[in-house]
Amino acid sequence: MNWTLALPEIVLAVAGTVILLIGVMPKANTFFACTLAVIGALLLAAVLVLGQGEGIALGGLYVADSFSSFMKVLALLGAALGLLLSLDFNARAGLDRFEFPVLALFATLGMMVMISANDLMAVYMGLELLSLPLYAIAAFDRDNGRSSEAGLKYFVLGALASGLLLYGISLVYGFAGTTNFDRLADALSGTQNVPTGAIVGLVFVVAGLAFKISAVPFHMWTPDVYEGAPTPVTAFFAAAPKVAAIALLARVLFGPFGDIASQWQQVILLSSIGSMVLGAFAAIGQRNIKRLMAYSSIGHVGYALMGLAVATDAGLRGLIIYMLIYMLMNIGAFAVLVGMRRNGRPVERIEDLAGLGATDLPRALWMAVFMFSMAGIPPLAGFFGKLYVFLAAVQAGFWTLAVIGVLTSVVASYYYLRVVKVMFFDPVPAEGALDGSPAGLAAVTAGTGLFNLVFCLYPAPLLLTAGAAAAALLG
Amino acid sequence: MNAAGFPLLSLLTFLPLAGAALILSFRGEAALVAQNARWTALWTSLLVFGLSLILWFRFDHGTAEFQFVERAEWFREFGVGYHMGVDGISVLFILLAAVLTPLCILASWEAIKARVREYMIAFLVLETMMVGMFSALDFIVFYVFFEGVLIPMFLIIGVWGGPRRVYAAFKFFLYTLLGSVLMLLAILWLWYSAGTTDIPELFRFDVPRAAQTWLFIAFLASFAVKVPMWPVHTWLPDAHVEAPTAGSVILAGVLLKMGAYGFFRFSLPLLPQASADFAPLIFVLSVVAVVYTSLVALAQEDMKKLIAYSSVAHMGIVTIGIFTFNAQGMAGALFTMLAHGVVSGALFLCVGVLYDRVHSRDIARYGGVAGIMPSYALVFMLFTMASIGLPGTANFVGEFLVIVGIWKVNPWVAFGAALGMILGAAYMLWLYRRVIFGRVTRDDLRALLDLRPREYAVFTPLVLLTLWMGIYPESFLAFFRASVAALIERHEAALGMARLAAGT
Repeated sequence: MNWTLALPEIVLAVAGTVILLIGVMPKANTFFACTLAVIGALLLAAVLVLGQGEGIALGGLYVADSFSSFMKVLALLGAALGLLLSLDFNARAGLDRFEFPVLALFATLGMMVMISANDLMAVYMGLELLSLPLYAIAAFDRDNGRSSEAGLKYFVLGALASGLLLYGISLVYGFAGTTNFDRLADALSGTQNVPTGAIVGLVFVVAGLAFKISAVPFHMWTPDVYEGAPTPVTAFFAAAPKVAAIALLARVLFGPFGDIASQWQQVILLSSIGSMVLGAFAAIGQRNIKRLMAYSSIGHVGYALMGLAVATDAGLRGLIIYMLIYMLMNIGAFAVLVGMRRNGRPVERIEDLAGLGATDLPRALWMAVFMFSMAGIPPLAGFFGKLYVFLAAVQAGFWTLAVIGVLTSVVASYYYLRVVKVMFFDPVPAEGALDGSPAGLAAVTAGTGLFNLVFCLYPAPLLLTAGAAAAALLG
Repeated sequence: MNAAGFPLLSLLTFLPLAGAALILSFRGEAALVAQNARWTALWTSLLVFGLSLILWFRFDHGTAEFQFVERAEWFREFGVGYHMGVDGISVLFILLAAVLTPLCILASWEAIKARVREYMIAFLVLETMMVGMFSALDFIVFYVFFEGVLIPMFLIIGVWGGPRRVYAAFKFFLYTLLGSVLMLLAILWLWYSAGTTDIPELFRFDVPRAAQTWLFIAFLASFAVKVPMWPVHTWLPDAHVEAPTAGSVILAGVLLKMGAYGFFRFSLPLLPQASADFAPLIFVLSVVAVVYTSLVALAQEDMKKLIAYSSVAHMGIVTIGIFTFNAQGMAGALFTMLAHGVVSGALFLCVGVLYDRVHSRDIARYGGVAGIMPSYALVFMLFTMASIGLPGTANFVGEFLVIVGIWKVNPWVAFGAALGMILGAAYMLWLYRRVIFGRVTRDDLRALLDLRPREYAVFTPLVLLTLWMGIYPESFLAFFRASVAALIERHEAALGMARLAAGT
């Protein structure tokens, strides 16, 4: 048994249990200490992931390769940064309970299981381990009606998606006779006629996963949950779980179902186009900035799926780079949103940012960097993310997809520009300027902003690592 | 290696960025920060101008090869590298950008009162993007600068612009972006077909005939918006009217040249057959632009809008010249681009002088300024005459060459272009008469002061340049000659090959 391959997960699980035990110690508020401990555990896991060997472990349920390492480090980084954003906010909102970081830790553990899953059962286990804590932290502000509603909505729809996924898994199992990825690949590659039942099962599996990445047509929960959940929770939702779910989707589609790419390509293609179009048009009318970010994330998932839809190694590489850049743009933008307060109270309308360029130039400039980057304007990182998926689409001859992609990116740039416009062109509103940003948030903003700004100078190492990760997945 | 002995083009490109970073670091009292920001921006841009003079003196007129070349690895695995260099087509536009930026900063000295620091940063970033765009020899690098221009310009129009600035800024940004993303797809196609984005290497790559048409359309979408050509010019009047004076100067002086430069640099050498096929379409669009926008200019009540429409007309002359594929027409187009950069920039500055004093751009608001501001009236007259194309001024040389060039290709198009010049005389002279001559109808105009020393400093270089370009154009034409000849030779060789392949 080469269980040592799963060392990062094991360490994380043990750390979570220990922190839980410390957290329940009575009297003192352990939120702050627990959060720091969890961030420490996540970073430790990231270091372990980097030093991890490669291979298949735990009776074929678990796989470690350079794809899983890359995506795990990304997810762990996203989770750690997301927790960093919660420190100040939760303390002020009275949400400073130690369960919060612990739940986030177990969700992250679920992500790692998902990324390393080599069996449909492991997929389901990881997904549920991710989802259950997320339902809880979406409703973490339990005295707030909107937060409870967000949690409940997410739970009901999430349960439905899990049901779809399970049903799909059972169909695939029924028709292919196994749940293990390697044996599934063997079972599906040899036959000329893939059993229809397996394809129906595949579609259900894709539907279940599309829910997690909020791709059209399984996106409906996103705006409500993003708006209702406390802002740091939204930041957490928008970053790490997306990375993990996209990684899982890529692994499932390229692994066991890699030989029947022509069967799932159209599904992903339509979902990609739908997400890009919806993300571009539905966000235009939004007034709440968290809803805007929700639609923006739907759009971004559409671009990422474009890399998947072309089903080539260039596309996969583009997808990996896109997720990396997407995550860092999002964390940065949310670091600004989490810090939006006026007279000590959190605000979340777009107009609340008015005049930020005059009152707090650095923060407004970073936010502008994130917005231009999301719109895909060079020389910012977001442009290069789009560049690689478009390149893959053009290379594979998917012209319609590429043209729709660039056109929706122009439409989407309208609402990103609107945020910039509100910050720089509009006067400071009568209610007064926004409060200053806490140092922690400012540091996260500056760090991720700097990444977006200087990614263009020396992208080679990241591109090469992403290329190696893509190659590993394609075998 | 490089004629300067050090990475001159990179220095020219990134020096303004360093200046911007310096300004960003200023702290302290607002008035002091503003003053320091102004001086830092001015000195940075003057330093860039000083360095850019090396290009003027050390540039070798005798060759069409790229000079002052610099290379660095960027992401080599993908065939993309950082590659800079200039040839006869691009070198003078770098100088133009380097000349206009300090003048713009000087012209904004007192006109911009709010958020001076941010304004100066935006202008320096803009200069980086402009110089980088004209020196880039890699398609991805080019695209980064080409689109990067949008960010500072969007902010300049939107923050320091007029009453409808938000609308104008969005229209400018979205219009231009829409064109550019289609070009991006064309670049991606070339990238993966040729395996490189290095422009000199791409010149050696034969684009298949069928692909040329699509690529040309994609490039046209981007460059036509930038030029701008009729009927996608409608963003320009809005952007010009709402932008602050210096923003208009850069917009008319340099940014409009980016589209025409794109035709020269990419469409013509990479897609020779498609360029020849599409030339009639370009001629039609250009003649419509020249005649129609001149007529529209006649009807304008707003001085800036009038000059904006005249810009569209002048750029129509440029696009006609580009697609003549002969030495006169192309050199004329390049010369007109330069001349228009200087003259229309100067005209916007002239409007800015009045606007700073009266805060109105309505033509009807003025009259009889000649008696009140005689020196100003003289300067304005010189640039009005230059815009009309009076012999002895810059525009005459360029427009004359274009008309000579197009006459050889199609006299009817030459007729249209000449008609545009006549209409140009009509609207400019009428503008001049209404603003400068006549009775002083408003008493508050009597208190206006004539040009101040700072304004003399802004106008003197432009006056000298206009006259120099008009009286001794050879100094400038010498830069174009070898590159234009090489471009034509290349074009004819490509067409000859195609004819051979098709005919026999």
